[in-house]
Amino acid sequence: MIKKTGNLNKNKIISRRLFVLVAAKIGLIGIITSRLYNLQISQKQKYEILSDKNRIREWKTPPQRGIITDYFNNVIADNQRVYQVHLSLEEVSNFNNSIFKLKNIISLKEDEIKKIYEKKEKSKPWETLIISENLSWKEFSKLNLYLHGLDGAKPVLSTSRYYPYSNDLVHVVGYVGDATTQDIQNKKKIEENFVPGLKVGKIGIENSKDTDLIGNHGIKRYEVNASGKKISEISYNKETKGENLRTTIDLEIQQLAQELLKNQAGSICVMDIYTGEVITMASSPTYDPNKFTHGISTKDWNEIKNNKLRPLLNKSLAGLYSPGSTIKPLVALAALEYGIIDTKFRVNCKGHDHPYELYGERYHCWKKNGHGLMSMRNAIKQSCDIYFYEVARLLGVDKLSLIAKRYGLGSKVLEDFFPEEKKGIVPSTKWKKQVLEQSWYLGETIITGIGQGYIQTTPLQLCLMTAQLANGGFKIKPNLIYDKEIDLDKIKSKIESEKNKSVSQNILKDHEFKHYERLYRNPNNLKLVLDAMYGSTNEQFGTSFRSRHKEDKYKFAGKTGTSQVKRITDQDRELDLDLEEIEYKSRDHALFIAFAPYDKPRYSLSVLIEHGGSGSKAAAPLANKLIKKILDRHELREKIRKDFKNIV
Amino acid sequence: MILSTSLNSNSYSFIDKLKAVDYFLIIIVAIIGSMSVFSIYSTESGNFSFYTKNHLTRFLVFFSMFLALSFVRVSFWYKQAYFFYILGILLLLLVIFFGISASGSKRWINLFIMNLQPSELMKIAIIVCFARYYHRIQSSDIQSYKYLLQPIILLLIPCYLVITQPDLGTAILIAGSGLAIIWLAGLNLKYFIYSGLILLVSLPFVISILKPYQKSRILTFFNPERDPLGAGYQIIQSKIAIGSGGLLGKGFLQGTQSYLEFLPEKHTDFIFTLFSEEFGFIGSMVLILLYALLIYRIIRIGFSSRSFFAKLYCFGFASALFLYIFVNIAMVVGLLPIVGAPLPIMSYGGSSMLSIMLGLGIVMSCKIYSRDPISN
Repeated sequence: MIKKTGNLNKNKIISRRLFVLVAAKIGLIGIITSRLYNLQISQKQKYEILSDKNRIREWKTPPQRGIITDYFNNVIADNQRVYQVHLSLEEVSNFNNSIFKLKNIISLKEDEIKKIYEKKEKSKPWETLIISENLSWKEFSKLNLYLHGLDGAKPVLSTSRYYPYSNDLVHVVGYVGDATTQDIQNKKKIEENFVPGLKVGKIGIENSKDTDLIGNHGIKRYEVNASGKKISEISYNKETKGENLRTTIDLEIQQLAQELLKNQAGSICVMDIYTGEVITMASSPTYDPNKFTHGISTKDWNEIKNNKLRPLLNKSLAGLYSPGSTIKPLVALAALEYGIIDTKFRVNCKGHDHPYELYGERYHCWKKNGHGLMSMRNAIKQSCDIYFYEVARLLGVDKLSLIAKRYGLGSKVLEDFFPEEKKGIVPSTKWKKQVLEQSWYLGETIITGIGQGYIQTTPLQLCLMTAQLANGGFKIKPNLIYDKEIDLDKIKSKIESEKNKSVSQNILKDHEFKHYERLYRNPNNLKLVLDAMYGSTNEQFGTSFRSRHKEDKYKFAGKTGTSQVKRITDQDRELDLDLEEIEYKSRDHALFIAFAPYDKPRYSLSVLIEHGGSGSKAAAPLANKLIKKILDRHELREKIRKDFKNIV
Repeated sequence: MILSTSLNSNSYSFIDKLKAVDYFLIIIVAIIGSMSVFSIYSTESGNFSFYTKNHLTRFLVFFSMFLALSFVRVSFWYKQAYFFYILGILLLLLVIFFGISASGSKRWINLFIMNLQPSELMKIAIIVCFARYYHRIQSSDIQSYKYLLQPIILLLIPCYLVITQPDLGTAILIAGSGLAIIWLAGLNLKYFIYSGLILLVSLPFVISILKPYQKSRILTFFNPERDPLGAGYQIIQSKIAIGSGGLLGKGFLQGTQSYLEFLPEKHTDFIFTLFSEEFGFIGSMVLILLYALLIYRIIRIGFSSRSFFAKLYCFGFASALFLYIFVNIAMVVGLLPIVGAPLPIMSYGGSSMLSIMLGLGIVMSCKIYSRDPISN
């Protein structure tokens, strides 16, 4: 009986206890359910993304750079097929071993191996390492032969930058190289499209137009398993090639210019005086941009870097030189515009025995025996210094500075297109106060009148100055990349309408000019100056007479310049040494500016030979050859211009 | 003696026995079993190969064993309860000397046809043993120190042996099942509260004797991001798989997390993850519902049993089963640390399957012989 009650009691307890347990179980099921709800319903998206992140891996494919052509569609920066070997890190069992084997097949140098190890440190384990970017066909076929023993090594056919006219355009086109951390930080486009092995522009157009040239990388999405092995391709967004660029350069003239500058340090710039198209921008010496594409060797780099003629300097726009006598047309123009002188104004140049004197300081003309009584036309033609000393004194440096700036000196010709372009210096009393914190001396005005002293210009500025004189005194917009907005016919009609406009009151004051606006007060003043330049080249006693063209269609007008690099002492004057007898570094820079054809001007040019001696001997003869070529190609260029306009 | 009295008082015809069988329970087990085969099939990316074949064979063999064991009289289990327990202990001792090691622990004995994991058998043995133990104790005696100490010792021996293998998960499950029965038998609530407090106080000490990998698992549980590629990897990947399954799942054989091998231990402890990834929230709820139904049927059988042993066993087994399921699912969804506990029937593993089917067999025999009033 007791037992039975005991059992009954026990049954009661167990039921009650079970009830508690079941209640607890229901609670726990509730917890699990809510957790599952939380994971699978509330946070589904988060985990879906994580799951895709797990299973999908992206491989970026490099874009092809846009091609750069000259005005005539000659390719000047191309993409060339190259043979490469890549190493897929996830397939490599022993990295050291693989590199050792590869070294024996494709002959890697010690410093290259070091670079590979550095790159490997930075790579993710599923990435591909570029072991060699540019194999010879022999190495490539040898690699293919031994491929079975090389786990992870992949022979790859790729493309890379190639400059067919290697040395001739390096200062215009520039070169490419591997993107550095700095490149990636500085340019958003590079950051967005970065792919290991991506080449970016380092200097020149390659650098300035990188954003257009790079293109967009592609993305290959693969499904991968936990160990990173590719299972299947999910999608492939094809990479897009960068934009093709057409420059305003004429390859043939550029090549001729480089040829003419061979073995010398210097620059030649050619510009269309209406469109502002830079047709040639040669700088010498040059170097081979192709050497940089796959990383330049230390030996080659040192050779370029240590060259005393400084090939790395783009002399056309980063080289600063005193303009010398090439400034004279501008000085004359300024004096005429301000009414300081008229055509009858004369100065007597009496030779070294009777130099120009100011406050006891003596200023000599370059011509020992003197030019005699000089008018403006003769003074430009024969480049008389004494005449311009006097004109400068009368004009004053501030007025000269104003006109010089107006015609293109003292500011960057291509604006910010090339970071290395220099502004140069056009001195004024204000400038000296601000920069040097000194007062201006009148003597400094005197030498500024012959383009010496503080004044510093780039050859491209001189070319622009000549263009804006030759086109009748209108501001143009220099450009290096073909721009369909810049239309010759529109510019010409704009200029025609500007000619007939009444003169603005501000014309002789400091004033910001718009493109194609007239820069002069009286058109006759400009005509006088241009006529004097004609005389300088085409008449006897003209400083560039020997470099003239006799044929009418090639006739051009120019102005020589010889810019001193050091002060000429009385002793130097006494010795009157020949060029070869002077130490190279002390020789004068030879300059020449010109425009052609004379009767219907269309092109301007500037020639500079560093330490070339006199402008008439070293620089002007180059212009002779150049102008023939430029004018011979004029019709073709105009035909291309029309064709292209019709297509657009 | 006992057997004969039972026979005398209750005789069952074969038809009676067949009528008494809980077919609903069998169907549930069969459904979960087939789901498990398909899940294992999915772990092999839809290839009917090694794991699927093995799992199917084991399921069929042990499922048949379960059906056969159903017709063994419940009094047999009562009579052999202590022997069963001692056998379990002996096998655990055998593991120490002749066990097979795998991934740092020694849990298995080679039986040539399969590797037996005695700790899995111990899970059932402890329930049977305790059911018998409390069957004969008067409710008034249960609270006495003698009857308090004896079951604790009986529980500590296998737990200790399993922990030293080391296999914390199974030890916790054994301890949990044992405690559930002690609770059901009616031990005063205060003892549970006291021991709970003692455990809490001694926790720092317990943690200090844990193996480094166990410690890191617990730390990882609290913060899986601590070591996303090491200790935290499993739980992070499991949560990603379950979460990305969404409401309806990625579809059968479409679970990318498991197919692409991001999911570790997908055949065994993480089978629920795979299932949940492929069949989503709905599928998971269906599976949980099936388990709930299974547990409900077992409890129902317990209620219909006359003997206290059968009642206690059924309730105890139901609680233990719940515990296994809860621990496993809570573990893979990140509610509990990863301790290594299989999901009953679903997980790949012969011993686990064997012990569950054995347990269910005893349940069914309680049903068939429900009128047996086992007595001393």
